[in-house]
Amino acid sequence: MAKKAFVFVLLAVTFFANLQTAAVFAQEKTPVTDDDVNEVARQLYCPVCENISLDVCPTQACEQWRSLIREKLEAGWTTEQINSYFATQYGDRVLAEPPKKGINWLVYILPPAMIIAGAVLLARTITRLRAPKKNIASVSRTADTSGDKYLTRVEEELKKRKG
Amino acid sequence: MTVELGFGVLVLTLIVTLYGVVAAIIGVSRKDQRWIDSARYASLLIFPLLTLVVIAILYLIVTGHYEVAYVYSVSSNATPLYLKLTALWGGQAGSLIFWSWLMSAFTSAVMLRKWNRDREFLPWVIVVTLVTLVFFLVMSIFFENPFNRFWATPMGDRIEAMFPPAGSDLLLPADGRGLNPLLRHPGMIIHPPMLYLGFVSFVIPFAFAIAALITGRTDDRWIRITRRWTLVAWLFLTIGLVLGMRWAYDVLGWGGYWGWDPVEIAALMPWLTGTALLHSVMIQEKRGMFKQWNMLLVILTYDLVIYGTFLTRSGVLSSVHAFAQSAIGPLFFAFISLTLIVSIWLLLLRWKSLRSEGQLQSLLSRETLFLVNNLLFLGLFIECFWGVNFPLLSELVTGQKVTFGPAWYIRATGPLWGGLLLLMGIAPLSAWQISTYKTLGKAFWKPFIFSLLAVAAALALKVREAGALIGFWLVALAFAVTLYEYWRGIRARHNSTGENWLKSIWHLTGKNRRRYGGYIIHLGVILMAIGVIGIEAFQTQTQGALTPGQSLELGDYSVKYQSLAEWDTRDGKNITRAVMEVSKNGRVLQEVYPRRDYYYDSQQPMTIPGLRSTMVDDIYVILVDWEPISSRQATFKVFHNPLVNWLWVGTIVLILGSIIAVWPSTEREPAK
Repeated sequence: MAKKAFVFVLLAVTFFANLQTAAVFAQEKTPVTDDDVNEVARQLYCPVCENISLDVCPTQACEQWRSLIREKLEAGWTTEQINSYFATQYGDRVLAEPPKKGINWLVYILPPAMIIAGAVLLARTITRLRAPKKNIASVSRTADTSGDKYLTRVEEELKKRKG
Repeated sequence: MTVELGFGVLVLTLIVTLYGVVAAIIGVSRKDQRWIDSARYASLLIFPLLTLVVIAILYLIVTGHYEVAYVYSVSSNATPLYLKLTALWGGQAGSLIFWSWLMSAFTSAVMLRKWNRDREFLPWVIVVTLVTLVFFLVMSIFFENPFNRFWATPMGDRIEAMFPPAGSDLLLPADGRGLNPLLRHPGMIIHPPMLYLGFVSFVIPFAFAIAALITGRTDDRWIRITRRWTLVAWLFLTIGLVLGMRWAYDVLGWGGYWGWDPVEIAALMPWLTGTALLHSVMIQEKRGMFKQWNMLLVILTYDLVIYGTFLTRSGVLSSVHAFAQSAIGPLFFAFISLTLIVSIWLLLLRWKSLRSEGQLQSLLSRETLFLVNNLLFLGLFIECFWGVNFPLLSELVTGQKVTFGPAWYIRATGPLWGGLLLLMGIAPLSAWQISTYKTLGKAFWKPFIFSLLAVAAALALKVREAGALIGFWLVALAFAVTLYEYWRGIRARHNSTGENWLKSIWHLTGKNRRRYGGYIIHLGVILMAIGVIGIEAFQTQTQGALTPGQSLELGDYSVKYQSLAEWDTRDGKNITRAVMEVSKNGRVLQEVYPRRDYYYDSQQPMTIPGLRSTMVDDIYVILVDWEPISSRQATFKVFHNPLVNWLWVGTIVLILGSIIAVWPSTEREPAK
């Protein structure tokens, strides 16, 4: 019985002790290191210092932005919340990449589309220029893309080979 | 007096240049060689004239004529002589003159070559090079005059003008503002001349290409004449780019060498199209194919050169509106549009006569692989062009600018760079005309196994990132293939001639400079790629505030803050310098000294990292902040940059390879 009571008291003490430390932590801010701040700042650009990301920019203004990030992180904000906070305050240009909306979609679609178009063009050129390896019938079918001179040369080439 | 003389000579240069253009055109239309000769002499006169202009500017800088606005902005009494001399390209007006001067030197060099076989090209090469020069000279005389002086108007305003406005007096400042401190770095001193040399030498192949289009001599003669120019241009541009990277690494203090800044990309774009051109001209030489494509590439490269100069000079990058207000922005835009339209129009006129002569016979032939190489380089160019120009478009359409950070570029261009490495590992083994899976596979398997071993080694060294593993595999493959290809050549030569191995290497390279120089360039690029992969995949960093005696830990490294000192120097700057001790696994390696220099004259800070550099990795320490009074606590940022040194080593190998490839081959093998 005495043993049971002892365990109970021990448990109760631990519980309250835990509760106390938890209360202390709730009052304190989330600890934020310089590295945490830089992690967020790396994805942001101030509107004045062009193309220098916030984590490495030495100016006073950027220093203040970093303090602001620290405050927000300490208040428990997420990276996304901080990013959108700066974007609403200063415009999308503070973000390291254009947000995927409106005209900005061009950024993500156009260059790959052009490269693919280039690849298709290249593939077509290669097939067109490879035509002489096939028989004459198939060549004449693709004549619209090649032209007469081209055909003559193909025929010459074939004659030479036969000879 | 010097000011008036210098400006006078500059105006005279413009007149001579214009005369050269007109005389060349008259010479062609009247078929009169005397006019063409006269145009040629005019072209030869431009270089000495511009040299006088350059001497005048240098004289003004060295003797401290601060009433000249340009001298005021780039020099001061405290500036050492070597920086005064290089201040010629330290600002806008001077660098435009410098551009023209280099251009005129190259024009003279071209004019002095033997023209016997290519007489018909001469007048048109004169026209193209001189029209380019006219544009830059007009820019210098009317918009960015390096001889403008300060004048005080009766109203009390200070204005910059060449000639005194009515009733005004010359202002004579006692000292200048001094060169931008960021530019006072050896890398930055040589970087602009290299870049500009690269830029202006690309004008020469363009001039010959246009001459070929106009005269209708559309065989590969223009390529044979200019291939060395193209390679020289490419080499200078590469050196310029790498020096810029080294400068960024040493001076800008953000732990890296390439930030995907539009100014950097402006110089990278002509490099991309130029590199594509260097490869694709070989198809035309060997197989008479893709002539239209080569023309297109050389036109694109030329306009990207002008565009590159323009991007960094017009203010267009800060805002579209700044561009519209700047005097030179719209002019650059007009010139680029005009040259592009005229060149493309000429190309279309000759489109038919530029048809391919040969046929593609195999999907794996070298010419096909070169075409894929071109597609990848053009893809890179498209991504870069879009990344630089989309913010301008966005500002015009929505009124809002957007930013493209490194992450976007790395994602957009990474696979393309990887594809190029892969091609570097395949193409050297494929043959011209006919190559089959069988022939290729036979040559391929040994290097391929080597590359797998390299990946296994990387895995054993606990590399787990997929991107890095793919990168290392590609690098190992390209490396093995390049060496294997070299080895096959050496062995064949050794067996057939009986020479010893060293002699075989020497003669093999000497007899086929372009080919084996090219392979050495590839080796250089592969080494550079190791550096790039190292920093992109494995860079780590940490930051923290320390009191003396405390350390920052990063991986196996520990960086201990020892002390901090602050003092003024005689040349007008304040230096704050920390002493840090770098140790690895508890063993002290060396001290490094991160600094922050503050320039009183320009009120600009400069962050210089403390660097411990080895072939394995760099420890790069930056002094971020400190308590000015107590000097007790200071904030440091430490970067661990693995393998980055290979980037610089690779560049040296690349330069060597280029020199071998460019070297004129006069030596003849004695008949045996």
